[in-house]
Amino acid sequence: MDKDFFFDKKKNDPISRVDGRAKVTGKATYAAEHKVPNLAYGFLVGSTIAKGRIKSLDTKSAERAPGVLGVITHVNAPKIPGYQTGKDPAKPPTAGQPLRIFYDNQIFYYDQPIALVIADTYDRALFAAKLVKAQYEKEVHQTELETNLSKARIPTGPRKEDYKRGDADGYKNAAVKIEQEYYHPVEVHNPMELGSIIARWDGPDKLTVYTKTQGVESTRNSIKDAFKLSPENITVNAEHIGGAFGMGLRTWPYEIAAIMGAQKIGKPLKLALHREQMFTNVGYRPETIQKIGMGATADGKLVGIFHEATANTSAYEEFTEATVNITQFMYACPNVATRYRLVPLNFVTPIWMRGPGEATGAFALESAMDELAYALKLDPIEFRLRNHADIDPEHNRPWSSKHLKECYEMGAEKIGWKDRQLEPRSLKDGDWLVGYGMGTGSFGAMRWVATVKAKLQPDGKLLLQCSVNDMGPGTATMMTAVASEAMGLAPDKITIQMGSTKLPPGPMQGGSNVTSTVGSAVHDVCAELKMQIAALASKEGSPFRTRKVKEVKAEDLVFSDGSVALKKNESTKISFQDLFRRNNLQGLEITKESKGQEQPYSMYSFSMHFVKLRVHPATGRVKIDHVVSCADAGTIISPKTAASQMIGGAVGVIGMALMEDLVVDHRFGRPINNNLADYHVPVNADIPNIDVLFVNKKDPFTNPMGSKGLGEIALVGVAPAVANAVFNATGKRIRTLPITPDKLMET
Amino acid sequence: MARKKLPHPPPDQQPHEGRRNFLKQSSILTALAVTPASLLKAAELKLDEKAATYFEQVPLSLEINGKTHKLSVEPRVSLLDLLREQLGQTGTKKGCDHGQCGACTVHVNGKRVLSCLSLAVMQDGKKVTTIEGLEDGDKLHPMQEAFIKHDGFQCGYCTPGQIMSGIACIREGHANSEEEIREYMSGNICRCGAYPNIVKAIAEVKKGGQKV
Repeated sequence: MDKDFFFDKKKNDPISRVDGRAKVTGKATYAAEHKVPNLAYGFLVGSTIAKGRIKSLDTKSAERAPGVLGVITHVNAPKIPGYQTGKDPAKPPTAGQPLRIFYDNQIFYYDQPIALVIADTYDRALFAAKLVKAQYEKEVHQTELETNLSKARIPTGPRKEDYKRGDADGYKNAAVKIEQEYYHPVEVHNPMELGSIIARWDGPDKLTVYTKTQGVESTRNSIKDAFKLSPENITVNAEHIGGAFGMGLRTWPYEIAAIMGAQKIGKPLKLALHREQMFTNVGYRPETIQKIGMGATADGKLVGIFHEATANTSAYEEFTEATVNITQFMYACPNVATRYRLVPLNFVTPIWMRGPGEATGAFALESAMDELAYALKLDPIEFRLRNHADIDPEHNRPWSSKHLKECYEMGAEKIGWKDRQLEPRSLKDGDWLVGYGMGTGSFGAMRWVATVKAKLQPDGKLLLQCSVNDMGPGTATMMTAVASEAMGLAPDKITIQMGSTKLPPGPMQGGSNVTSTVGSAVHDVCAELKMQIAALASKEGSPFRTRKVKEVKAEDLVFSDGSVALKKNESTKISFQDLFRRNNLQGLEITKESKGQEQPYSMYSFSMHFVKLRVHPATGRVKIDHVVSCADAGTIISPKTAASQMIGGAVGVIGMALMEDLVVDHRFGRPINNNLADYHVPVNADIPNIDVLFVNKKDPFTNPMGSKGLGEIALVGVAPAVANAVFNATGKRIRTLPITPDKLMET
Repeated sequence: MARKKLPHPPPDQQPHEGRRNFLKQSSILTALAVTPASLLKAAELKLDEKAATYFEQVPLSLEINGKTHKLSVEPRVSLLDLLREQLGQTGTKKGCDHGQCGACTVHVNGKRVLSCLSLAVMQDGKKVTTIEGLEDGDKLHPMQEAFIKHDGFQCGYCTPGQIMSGIACIREGHANSEEEIREYMSGNICRCGAYPNIVKAIAEVKKGGQKV
């Protein structure tokens, strides 16, 4: 690793988060916090049934309550032009009819919004919302996956056909085989910031919103489709968002409701969901049952894998994710078949959650790999090495880069794998049973399209603009690191403006694409700046010109400390300011679109997670003592924020593995733990020291920096590492997440 | 002794409503001694409503980040909503409104308090410190510095609460080991999962021995 590469050279330290100061002083502004004068407050009332129709609504008391400005229901809601066409006002994940809020009296899920109460203060809106009363015609709801498996169907969307190479039943004839079922319940993103929006109409056809989205461009598109406005009349702002983990990847009905409400009362409107509504109205990781059949030869070569996943979707839309895809390429195996099925249930539609389907799928695949390794009496690392995919077996082409073997090596060393015993229950620490486990992760290394505008200003400072935003990983810090390296500018000379549709278009923050996509755009725009500086240096009268040198090329120049000099003769050094002054320029401004090209390679990031934990047999308590996460994510652009992202991913999936479970009372079709006290997420005391290791080798093909995505591989493979460590400690194979004490208690 | 169950009055006749109507219909407008013409005008402008609102509010004096505020608030307003919605001090965050996440942690008279579980009127005469009150001019509080150095956050939304709790954790004498810090910081949820870095930041400030 080139220690100097993306470091703050002055401090000899990795760059700290550039928006860190704003975040530690409370000055970073999130959606609901923008100062908009004359603001009204909205509060949503939810249905108390999970399926049926609204028979009648009594809103009189609410309307008469102090400070109330209006109550919107399906009876009096303004017509949303996009709703009338039956077209999609808020892009569906794949297929179906997105929920049209206040469109008619149909109820598809518990807590579906039935009214929006608007008042002059938050407390008054909240009070009046409690006065809305509804009568329903109830219908029989379905909220349980297991009892509805007969309804499982192939998604109608384009991406999820059954997959097969070789013989689908190949595994059945193998010398050693396992067949198992794995399960996890609904998990909910629960970012700390509540779903929030401020909507302000600046004219009859002009709108500004501040909202919690992972992509301002896509939110603008959804609003455009719903309200039939021209895109240039819609401004969507979301510079900082307080986490999202996928829930901000679509526009939700509450956002449309707020815009509708602001229009109806003729005032800007703030609508923030309550925490309970975060469990019921803005997506989740769907409940999934997975079946794996896996077989190997006696010497540990995989013969075949069958992987089937059945997940829930809503009663009105199809949501699909790549749950089984990881099985198609992870190991060299001649016979592989995968199937993906959906079961509609009476819940809001799921949405990608951290690592999404790949994290779900890896739980089953990597648990099964561990089970088969045990059946073969092989070390699970050794088993994986014997089946290492040297090329992508799904597409039969080389990887752009793959350093998974190095991850195995680095991680095993760091966690102390040599102390692990193959035989479960071999290691003890007092009353506790000690175990080690590991799991592999992977995710596509994607690069999309972004445009970045760069302004190298007369004072030599650099301004970069892009509409991309940041839910936490550190987009601005990454952009600063790339530009700092490219232009030889100290990080504090670089300013990033982002998170608004007023800026040049950037991608959504999802699918681990942002560093690759936007980082490349920053790289490319800086390359263009350097070419223009080279052109200035080639001009007559330039100190760079000599009798011999008539043309200076960008590669002949060295950029450092806000200056440029000839590589061969650093005494030619001239600051950007002086260069502009000499040329009578007010700086340089370049806007550049940047995108990747189709390559004859399969591009994936890889990760390897090791867990050491203790289980207390009498109480069933699991205490994780150490996590080591190793990533092959190409060049690491911003080491500090990248490490935090890896740590955060591991923490998130420790929740998935040990505690997260949205419990539904199927009699009523409603969750009973839709709050942060009863729905357990990891807290500080649950989390041990987490070591992050990067291979940090440039990928030659993904993008000019050679980076690959990190956000998802931070999670994919952690849950099975925990489950496998629990087995190693106790001899109990837990295939139903979360691994709670009741499943481990020994009486 | 058997407890007598009181019937629950319908919404329109709840005590709150009755009090409002009394205020609206009798005392206020009489007290204003308006002429019939201006009475009509007053009704148009919903002045009766505004007057009733005024009389439902309670005076409150608070010192927030060293500045005294003389306020008038409804008794049901939480300290959190007062800060965020009425005073525009949005550094203190709302994560759950139920005291389950810690994002709203502030100091009241130097001790950590969940501002979403505290009615504003309960803090009358007290000193409130929020994240906005930690800096000394341009100089960050050592805990803020340490959070930046150790990257004790990602999205930043739980951060103000974490920092206020982290300072209190040291003041309380509960930062003597990493284990102890983890335990006493477990009321502050960080969904991005920055816990190990938060622990490092607090441990460093504690070790540095600066007054917090």
